[in-house]
Amino acid sequence: MGIRPVAISVDAPEVNREMLSQAGYTFTFLSDPNTEAIRRYDLLHQGQGIDGHDVSRPAEFLIDSSGTVRWVNLTENYWVRARPEQILQAANTLQ
Amino acid sequence: MTETRNRFNWQIWAGFLLSFLASLSYPVLFVRWPLTRDFPWVTILLYVVAAALLIVGVKRAFAPGRRRIAKVAASILTVLSVAIMGLFLFSILIFARWLPASAGAPHVGQKAPDFSLSDASGKTATLTNLLSEAMSGSASAAKPRGVLLIFYRGHW
Repeated sequence: MGIRPVAISVDAPEVNREMLSQAGYTFTFLSDPNTEAIRRYDLLHQGQGIDGHDVSRPAEFLIDSSGTVRWVNLTENYWVRARPEQILQAANTLQ
Repeated sequence: MTETRNRFNWQIWAGFLLSFLASLSYPVLFVRWPLTRDFPWVTILLYVVAAALLIVGVKRAFAPGRRRIAKVAASILTVLSVAIMGLFLFSILIFARWLPASAGAPHVGQKAPDFSLSDASGKTATLTNLLSEAMSGSASAAKPRGVLLIFYRGHW
């Protein structure tokens, strides 16, 4: 359907590499250990990681080819994430 | 009568075990399906059963003629069960909602802020590149119609 999934967390590239080889995911996983992008998207959740590290709160953004945000999901409860059908519905609105 | 009263108080043990297993069932099992994840109703339903068992068990333990050890055991197991259930409900229903406001997160219609981050192979990726590079694996190798950014907590 032509939507590129990109996952972002504070995990280091080595951690992602190991996870990818175990889980078999083929899409892009990016590392943001210094929370640069996470801050830019205002998603920083301070001290919530192990040893009080900062992490990202869960969030999903659908961005069209012009770089414009077309759909956002900021969950109210971190156990609750976007459902696949929600994302597919949003993706169908893209040209 | 004494014979039935001093029989093994299975209700109190079942109630304790059920409160423990019901709590465990959510992160291990029911978190996998949206229907049981968005609200932990299966666990809460099991808690109701566990509470009923505990009430029956406590009544049995404190019935006249029961030994003191039965009362002590029933009290300890009940307190532990209530603590487990309370901790679960707090962490799933209250603590998990303590999220930052994220008022500055990009809104629909806004330009998505660019970034430059390392992928799993150590290669640098920017949002601009991710939007313009052809998708590998697709037959037409066309440019993507869009990018879905999934921010997640990670394993730290």
